[in-house]
Amino acid sequence: MSEFGGLGIFFVVALIFPVMSLIPAFLLQPRQPSPQKRIPYECGVDTQGKTYVQYRAGYFLYALIFIVFDIETVFLYPWAVRFGALGLFALAEMFVFLAILALGLAYAWRKGALSWK
Amino acid sequence: MNAMLENGVVATVAGVLREYLMLLFGNQFLTDLIMKFIGIGAVIGVILSAAIVFTYAERKVCAFIQVRLGPNRVGGRFGLLQPFADMLKLMSKEDIIPAGCDRVVWALSPMLLFVPSALAYAFFPFDKGAVFADVNVGVFLLIAISSQAVLPFLMGGYASNSKYAMIGGMRTVAQMLSYEAPMVFSLLGIVMLTGSLKMSDIVAVQADNVWFVLLQPVAFVIFVITATAETNRTPFDLVEGESEIVAGAFAEYSGMRWALFFLAEYANLLAVSILTTTFFLGGWSGPVLPGVVWFWLKALFMVFFFMWLRWTLPRTRIDQMLSLSWKVLLPLALANVMCTGIGVYIYRWL
Repeated sequence: MSEFGGLGIFFVVALIFPVMSLIPAFLLQPRQPSPQKRIPYECGVDTQGKTYVQYRAGYFLYALIFIVFDIETVFLYPWAVRFGALGLFALAEMFVFLAILALGLAYAWRKGALSWK
Repeated sequence: MNAMLENGVVATVAGVLREYLMLLFGNQFLTDLIMKFIGIGAVIGVILSAAIVFTYAERKVCAFIQVRLGPNRVGGRFGLLQPFADMLKLMSKEDIIPAGCDRVVWALSPMLLFVPSALAYAFFPFDKGAVFADVNVGVFLLIAISSQAVLPFLMGGYASNSKYAMIGGMRTVAQMLSYEAPMVFSLLGIVMLTGSLKMSDIVAVQADNVWFVLLQPVAFVIFVITATAETNRTPFDLVEGESEIVAGAFAEYSGMRWALFFLAEYANLLAVSILTTTFFLGGWSGPVLPGVVWFWLKALFMVFFFMWLRWTLPRTRIDQMLSLSWKVLLPLALANVMCTGIGVYIYRWL
């Protein structure tokens, strides 16, 4: 059985385990429902206004920059593995790649995408 | 006894067990399958016992730092049975579903959170030859799986129909995404020095040469800081800050569902400690004592270190936290990759 087959089994077990651990709690727990109990917590008073307000745009900017850097790592990891064998040319080439990225980060920084407003 | 030290205690025991199973069933596939299930059982056992030990240890460490006694009533003078009392309490609590929540997403969130925290353990080299899945893309797959923990947090925060949970969910996304970039970059230097993504290779290289904390000190510091942020612990616990947004994404969960969040949290704490040990502190390598003992000594020291941080430092503000990641740690990690590249060539040239 391959290593990845084992991982697949583990994934299924990890999905089932939380469900199994909820079962004894379902059998043991008391049930005394009341409408007051189900009100979402808000310092002990009734909730005011809507919960689903507009998402703050600042979070979205960080997510955008993150995607750029996350995709870059997909390119960098294979390079890092074969780094020793590829020679000086690969080193120089990756420096160009990193420099372009650093430039992008500097641009985002300059434009104020990294500061919390 | 010598052979046992040579091959690692856990691997030797597993080998003996496999031989017995082979004699019993005489079928290679069935034996492999049962061995996989034993491995999964062992890993989940590690996670559960970690949660039990750490809930107690955290209170005792916290009490020690704040010059208090900590739990001292249940189970003798040292309150040793406290975690079991907690477990019973959580099991017998009523399951309250908040009004107006998105039932399916709300219920799925704690269950899905357990999956990435548990799956990460499949890649850890607990001892020489004792890795559940020693795949050739280990580090990469580990990062890919463990970064999925963001989604359940956002689901829980969004579906709870509570303003605190909503804020907590949004903060989780900003924090975990921001700190993942420098974390991933800080590990690049190690991969460059090892030339392999296999977790067992990374430890083997350190066992033969020196620990990577000496070769990559900057990466070590970046990794420890980002690991604290990824596990949502103080000074980066804005995601669940008890005193400002009452536990954030899991404010509306009670009983066993809440316990699942807690289980995942302590599983993550142990996971980042093990990762620090594996990547920087030489994993199971060490003199005289068997590998397993060294491994747990180092890992538990890192757990203590993270607890120490939590009870010593105050919480940061969100703008400070985000600018630390993007303006300090990320450029530093990029520079570290470049310096490692140049350093390796200078070392060869000499």
